[in-house]
Amino acid sequence: MLDDFFIRALVAGIGIAMVAGPLGCFVIWRRMAYFGDTMAHSALLGVALSLLLDLNLMVSVFIVASVVSLLLLFLQRRGALSTDALLGILSHSALSIGLVIVAFMTWVRIDLVGFLFGDILAVSEADIDIIWGGGILVILALVYLWRPLLASTVNPELAEAEGMNPERARLFFMLLMALVIAIAMKIVGILLITSLLIIPAATARRFATSPEVMAVLASLIGALAVTGGLFGSLHWDTPSGPSIVVAALALFVLSLLPVGRLERASHTSHGGK
Amino acid sequence: MLNFRSPDIVPLVSLTNAGVRRNRRWLVRGVEFSISRGEIVTLIGPNGSGKSTTAKTAIGVLKPDEGSVARLAGLKVGYVPQKLAVDWTLPLTVERLMTLTGPLKGREIEEALAATGMLHMAKAEVQHLSGGEFQRALLARAIARKPDLLVLDEPVQGVDFSGEIALYELIKQIRNRTGCGILLISHDLHIVMAETDTVVCLNGHVCCRGTPQAVSQSPEYLKLFGRRAAGALAVYSHHHDHTHLPDGRVLHADGSITESCFPGDGHHHHDEAENVHDHEPDCGCGHHTRLHGFDAAEKRDA
Repeated sequence: MLDDFFIRALVAGIGIAMVAGPLGCFVIWRRMAYFGDTMAHSALLGVALSLLLDLNLMVSVFIVASVVSLLLLFLQRRGALSTDALLGILSHSALSIGLVIVAFMTWVRIDLVGFLFGDILAVSEADIDIIWGGGILVILALVYLWRPLLASTVNPELAEAEGMNPERARLFFMLLMALVIAIAMKIVGILLITSLLIIPAATARRFATSPEVMAVLASLIGALAVTGGLFGSLHWDTPSGPSIVVAALALFVLSLLPVGRLERASHTSHGGK
Repeated sequence: MLNFRSPDIVPLVSLTNAGVRRNRRWLVRGVEFSISRGEIVTLIGPNGSGKSTTAKTAIGVLKPDEGSVARLAGLKVGYVPQKLAVDWTLPLTVERLMTLTGPLKGREIEEALAATGMLHMAKAEVQHLSGGEFQRALLARAIARKPDLLVLDEPVQGVDFSGEIALYELIKQIRNRTGCGILLISHDLHIVMAETDTVVCLNGHVCCRGTPQAVSQSPEYLKLFGRRAAGALAVYSHHHDHTHLPDGRVLHADGSITESCFPGDGHHHHDEAENVHDHEPDCGCGHHTRLHGFDAAEKRDA
């Protein structure tokens, strides 16, 4: 009863949710949601350049997202504008430049809506290989970087004083974000990638007792949202990205219901406040 | 470095004429001091005088723009920063906080938490702790990793008076038990931990330095703070005769204004602390000996 393309989308989507969970936890712990958005928006520029220069789509998106994040680091160091103003400039400029380039290329037909909001039909078997290969790479890197990344999230100076390298951890974290954006783009779409990072992690927070538990829970909740969203997308013929986000939101709302609140209350009383 | 007569004379950290500049302004300049094993150095000074900057330079978080900082190779630092806010979204218990920068055995975690009186809070989330409890948790984390050098940036902030004495008592015990060097930043200009070997008063540069020990035994002090405080606190009585103006110039007591005041110029004046310093043979002199010892080592290495 299930079609091949749907199985492919499901396998790909769950693969993405697995890496998006732990990475999304760092995005909210480090308050980098808007930063993630900026990197994701720059992905459309990556798409345009890939068509223009005939490059591999994921490689092109990865490179552009990395360059944009490095550019942001550089501009932050110069300190002329606040970070959120810089993010606003970079985010919408990259998106617009991408759209303009695409408009100029009259010789290619491009499914813009598919790129912006995700398209489950677009997932090929080669994509699944890349998603799972890249995903395992990201997970391994996160396990390796976990302690310095977590320590510098709590306090970069403390991490550095005690022999870690917060700058390097931050750089690797950005590259991992760029990688996830590149591989997640087809399923959730450029405009909605950040929500797949943030919403499952935020849902997991209510039940988590440690950073590690939160990361694993976020993965599982993300996988659940992908599954629910894709079934909804198939059933009601809605775009896959928004359907997954709606499913994730539904889980988040569920987590706010009394069960979740009880969990929190017991934590609070334990903390003595 | 290994063929030294005694390991005591090799400082853990030594700052020589160190200065840090940001946006074409010197945050701190001409800082000279060293910390050896078992030694407690306290930095005091008004807000913005460069205390935290100096501490961060000593442990390598900031690089000096002039002068030099020499650290013992493989120096293990335990750091309690002045400001640390854990985002609510990060689920972090006191127990998990302990292994933030390195793995520890369960026994080591328990010992450190017991030493700071935080064992009963091991499972509590750090966001739910009071200011004093959080400070003790951070201190427990820093000592659990058995550092060579413990750097405490205002460790008694948010702690009431009796809590402050208890914390200083604890810091003293840590020093006596582990023999680590301690760099302490005090939020109070005049009251420092009695066990301090050297007080360094900063005001953009080293204003003055001395030892607070004998002061805590003086009758005036005992009358003022009581016997219990005398064990832990001391008055570091000193008087600045110049003020740093917002534009960087210096206003002297006699009303004159100069472009700068050079470290070691002698624009300061001690009351009791200076006298103590002069008459006790094992205070300032011991410190100088250590400095000389290190200078010799530097030359030999070069």
